[in-house]
This record gives sequence, structure tokens and C-alpha cells, in this order.
Amino acid sequence: MPKDKIETVLDKKGINRAITRISHEILERNNGAESLVIIGILTRGADIAKRIASKIKEIESVDIPVGLMDINLYRDDVHQKLDQPIIQRTEIHFDVVDRNLILVDDVLYTGRTIRAALDQIVDFGRPRSIQLAVIIDRGHRELPIRPDYVGKNIPTSKDDRVMVKLSERDEDDSVLIEKSGLKADEKTPAKMKDGVKKTAAKPQKRKGGKTK
Amino acid sequence: MKLQSRHLIGLEGVSADEISLILDTAVSFREIIERPIKKVPTLRGITVLNLFYEPSTRTKISFELAEKRLSADSITFTKAMSSVKKGETLKDTVRNIEAMKINMVVVRHGSSGVPYFLTQCMDSNIINAGDGSHEHPTQALLDMFTIRQKYGKLKGLRVVLIGDVKHSRVVRSNIWGLKTMGCSVAVCGPSTLQPYEVEKFGVDVYTDLDEALDGADVVNIMRIQLERQQSGFLATQREYTNLFGVTAERLKLLNKNYTVMHPGPMNRGVEITPEIADGKSSVILEQVTNGQAVRMAVLYLLSGKREDGE
Repeated sequence: MPKDKIETVLDKKGINRAITRISHEILERNNGAESLVIIGILTRGADIAKRIASKIKEIESVDIPVGLMDINLYRDDVHQKLDQPIIQRTEIHFDVVDRNLILVDDVLYTGRTIRAALDQIVDFGRPRSIQLAVIIDRGHRELPIRPDYVGKNIPTSKDDRVMVKLSERDEDDSVLIEKSGLKADEKTPAKMKDGVKKTAAKPQKRKGGKTK
Repeated sequence: MKLQSRHLIGLEGVSADEISLILDTAVSFREIIERPIKKVPTLRGITVLNLFYEPSTRTKISFELAEKRLSADSITFTKAMSSVKKGETLKDTVRNIEAMKINMVVVRHGSSGVPYFLTQCMDSNIINAGDGSHEHPTQALLDMFTIRQKYGKLKGLRVVLIGDVKHSRVVRSNIWGLKTMGCSVAVCGPSTLQPYEVEKFGVDVYTDLDEALDGADVVNIMRIQLERQQSGFLATQREYTNLFGVTAERLKLLNKNYTVMHPGPMNRGVEITPEIADGKSSVILEQVTNGQAVRMAVLYLLSGKREDGE
């Protein structure tokens, strides 16, 4: 069996440039920072959200409220796993009503995390808009969700692993991709690992969805 | 980290890591109670039976709300309104209800051991909401949560449990939990209300309230169960109040930054004076709010562990 190969997709400077560009794009599209709030999905999405907020402060000298969100309680596969995910703290200490809300995650993959985040946000109030910013879009969407701001699009196979490392909790900033090196017929399901985006479970019909 | 058992029968034998997991999870759930929409979809599709063979205000409402806030479907069974009066046995009752496809059972019963018995005859996850004089684990968990919330830790604190040590399931669960988490635990009450060999719990035992309170951080006052006092454990209620009633004067013996707790329902003027029950060191209502979060955490953590999945 061929060995897995690890490639660097973005280095420290690359991540910094991506965050800078995304921050400018956010400001341009929303005509400044006044209407903005920003919410990061735990754990690395939250780190990136804080970086975007401080970048925006550098550019516009405006403090925008930053929130953190744990989406595990809104997952569609919470009962299909044997061990319940550890629930971390959600901290949204501001009103989201009528604000332009920037939702931030590290990697966009199936879109199921974002679906859960959208449901959770609506339970906090009705923002004027929700815009999605991600560092990496690796494709393979299972839901009709698209990002508004992307650091980098990378083509992947479903068995590849994309790892976003941030100096807040890893040794340094980098985005790595681990190529599976397997042929299509040898594919095994992706395993759960910290900092690694995994394949979400099969779709489960969602009942009682909100209509607005 | 995960819970070892798929049931919560008591805190005896539950490890410090497991208790920490429950308390940490409860911190996250505590925030949900403060949201404008106090509900998350996590337990959608899970049906919980609240089986209450004994009266309860706090625990029953707390569990019901915890279930609703997690979007579980819940039904509540109370003995008075059921076929128990027609002579149906406990086992038949629960097996019939389980045949209607429920997933979890929260049980309160006057006899010790009923929750364990249910684990033997049902497939559901069983949560003990108080059984006889055995254990009341969620009460002890919420007590520990409340202490940890105030002091930021449990280890090294001195906690005094006052009242009917012999019959109180709250005392028993608190002893197991607090000892596991590294607290120094003392119990205090009349010798008639102390069980035989109480010191084998590994606690300091007092029959003098002033000695017990000296240098403690937390005083957790149990309800004196007036309905039990016909059987001669106490000379008179007034004597109990004089010897073991906690007053503002006596609280001066405690460490600075002390905390007053009571699991409710209170007999104001018997085991606790209204003045301290409503005082600034009292966390009695905070305990009630935290109870919901702790019960949400327990429901959530156990719901992932099903019979077929192991």
C-alpha cells in the first residue's frame, strides 16, 4: 500500500494573506464594519474569527463583536455516534438581530456543520444576513451551501485529510493535506480526529424545521 | 472521556473524571438556559419517561424542563393517577410503558434499589431521581456544580452536611461525590439520625453543630423530614431547632466567603432561619437553576449509550 503523502497547501504567510483579503472583502461588501458581528465555529473557526476581527480593527479602527459557537448540539448525526461529542461553550454575548453576521469556519466540506450553525444562529435571533467565511473550501458538498469568502479552494478526494494548524493551539500556522494514496475501490471511511474534517454520517430527515 | 455506565444509579463508584465530564458539560448547558430561545434540538426523537412514585416539585419540574430544553418528548407518570391503585406491579407497569417505545426513564421511588431493579428489567437508560434512603445523584451533582461555580474548584474545600444522615439520600450522594472530588466532608446531626458505622464513609462525624461548622467553607443543610419524626428519632422539633438549626450567629464559625445550601423543600425556622435562607451567602435558588443544566448534561451524556450500540 502506498504511503500517505502530506503536502503544504498554505503556509503562515499564505494564511495571513488569506485572512487579510477576506477582511477587506467583508468590509467592501458590507460598506464598513458598523453592521457587522462575527461568530466562529469552535475550535479553529473561532480562532480565525478572532483574527479577522483584529484585522478589521487594524483596517477600520472598529471593534466588532466576536462570538464562539459549539454546533454539536445541532448536529444531525448526534444519535448515530456511540460517544457523545464533548460540548464546549457557546458564547454569544451580543444581539444578532438585524446585524450582518459573518460565520467563520476553518474548512468547508460537506456543509453539515454550517447547516447546524445556521439553525443555532436562528435560535439566537434574526440577523439581516449571514455570510460564510472559510479558510479552505475542499468541495464534496452534501447540502446546498456555498461560502461567501474563501481563503483557498483545493481539490481533494473524499479520503484526503485537510488539517488547518493555527498557532493559537498548534505549533505554527499552516494548512496541510494528507493524500490518501488509495485507489477508489480501496477507500475506507475517514476517521474522526482533532483538527481534521471528517465525513458526516448519512443524511437524516430533518423534521420540524423553521419556516420564516 | 465518556461515562462508563449507560445508567446513573448513584455516585458511588463514579470516577472523578466522569463527574468532571458531567459538570463541564453542564457548564455548556447552563448557557442555553439564558438564551432567548431556551431549546436545542439535540434529543429530538428520544422519549423520556418520568416515573414518580413519590411527591416532588423541584426534581420533577427540573427534569421535565431539562427534557423539553433538549427537545426530547417526555411523559410523566405519577403514582396517584395510575393503575398502581389497581394492584399492577412495578415491573409490569414499566414493561408496559416501555412497550410504547421509550428510550430513557427518570425514576423517583420510596424504596432503595428501584432504579437498579429497573436496569435489570428494561432496555432504557435509567436515571435515579431519588430512591429511598439510597442516593439522589443529580442533586449531589448540582450541589457540586454550584460549589464549583462559586469557588472555581472542589478540591480542598470543607463541606458540612447537616441533618438526617441516616435517611437522607442527598447526604449519601453528596458524600460519595464530594469525597471523590477531593473535598473534606463532615456530617452533623443527632446521634439517633446517624447510621451505624457512619465513619466508614470516610467523613468526620459530629453531634455538636458548632464544632462541625468551625472552619468549614460550605454548609449544606438537609430538610428535617417532619413526616419521619413520629417514629421517635427526635425528642421534639424545637429541640432539633435549638441544637441543629442553622442561624446567622452560628455561621460566624465558618470561613470567610462561606456558602449556605439547601436542597429544598425548606422548613423555614426549623433547620434554617429565613434570614440566612434569603441571605447573600445563600445559593439555594442558584442550585435550582443549575439543577436543570446538570440534568440536561446527564440526559445528553447517557442518551448516546444504547443497548444495541455497545
